[in-house]
Amino acid sequence: MSNDSIGKTILVALAVCVIWSLLVSTAAITLKPIQDQNKKIEKMKNIIAVGGLMDVDKDIEDIYKGHIDSRIVDLETGKYLPKDKQVGLLNPEVYNIKKVAKDPELGKLIPRNKDRARIRRMPKFVPVYFVKKDEKVSRIIFPVYGSGLWSTMYGFIALDRDLNTIKGFTFYEHGETPGLGGEVDNPQWKALWKGKLAFDENNRLRIEVIKGKVDILKLESKYQVDGLSGSTLTTNGVNNLVRFWLGEDGFAMFIQELRRGGFDGKVQ
Amino acid sequence: MGKYSKILFDPILNNNPIALGVLGICSALAVTSKMETSVVMSLAVIFVLAFSNLSISLIRNHVPTNIRIIVEMTIIASLVIIADEVIKAYLPEISKQLSVYVGLIITNCIIMGRAEAYALQNPPWKSFLDGVGNGLGYTFILIAVAFVRELFGSGKIMGFSIFHLKTEGGWYSPNGMLLTPASAFFLIGFIIWIIRTFRKEQVEEA
Repeated sequence: MSNDSIGKTILVALAVCVIWSLLVSTAAITLKPIQDQNKKIEKMKNIIAVGGLMDVDKDIEDIYKGHIDSRIVDLETGKYLPKDKQVGLLNPEVYNIKKVAKDPELGKLIPRNKDRARIRRMPKFVPVYFVKKDEKVSRIIFPVYGSGLWSTMYGFIALDRDLNTIKGFTFYEHGETPGLGGEVDNPQWKALWKGKLAFDENNRLRIEVIKGKVDILKLESKYQVDGLSGSTLTTNGVNNLVRFWLGEDGFAMFIQELRRGGFDGKVQ
Repeated sequence: MGKYSKILFDPILNNNPIALGVLGICSALAVTSKMETSVVMSLAVIFVLAFSNLSISLIRNHVPTNIRIIVEMTIIASLVIIADEVIKAYLPEISKQLSVYVGLIITNCIIMGRAEAYALQNPPWKSFLDGVGNGLGYTFILIAVAFVRELFGSGKIMGFSIFHLKTEGGWYSPNGMLLTPASAFFLIGFIIWIIRTFRKEQVEEA
């Protein structure tokens, strides 16, 4: 059979496809568990970093197990989900915010006029992570996400146990332009968040990212963070997503619940 | 030099795919701001290049001419996916930094070029060596460029501090331009200049 006959062409094409698809899928399937484990550790690493527990000499999983206590919160009521319902997709250990938001039962559509973070769907039940040091909670970490310029940005924001002072902020996944919007990963910019206040005396949400530099002489500077120059749209996205998640459609109910219970650094 | 070692080592200085062929420039600009990423990228390219050459050479007498390019692309693309998956599994940090550039090995002209120019005419063992050799040639340029960029751009080699940075209380203020991809253009230009000063036969006629 000549190489250029139709039969041989089809045969070669088929053989090449079958053999290589087998090789590719074998690689993908055998490596999947390791990759999943990496993702899990990556997430733990971010939670630990934003919780101020980073210690290069210790194993990430050990630190996480020793200091992080996670609970699933029902955003609508602001109360914890009963333990017996924290299973399946809602098991805090395997919780994946993307999957839960997409789930028809566990996620919900956000009305367009309320969708500041431009995420269309959000989970009804979201985990919060308590950072424990010497049996007392030192920080509470909230997952946040929203649209930047090119991508959905996923991150964590940590509040002090006074439920107001911001202790840390980080994104663990985004696809913004490196060098411009990608500077949300810049440690110097992330450090600007530390010590800022999210709410004022009347518990109104005040934190915002402004365009340009914050004037520290002004009173409101304690609620303001510098925008990133050259990336106004990413900066707006960050501002919107933080305000969305700390606002009434996000964790406001939960924070209110904690305040009402006179949160003293203990997790029920 | 023996026949095989000539195939293996010629592409490093005498017939370098980047310096002489000016192929594969895109990734050479993108991943060379650090030594670490350059080493991993180079290993990935050597792997893909060697095995694509080998596989294409194995079936070279059976490939119908009218689907030749597609067959080559299928093989190359599959190898790239495998390389990418392995890096993601075992070197997650570096995989994040390399981001799309591992996937873009598919479009690296060196690989298609060697398949077309060499593997289709030569037996498997020689093609394999040719792949490794060209991969080493690519590696040589990448490491050289990355060495200069990382050392003078961030005062480090493989992530270890060599020059103590001013921002950390030292004396060296890094040259930020070296961290931008454009600087790699100049460095590759210098390398080509140096090679052609000693290997006059590589100089093209004006």
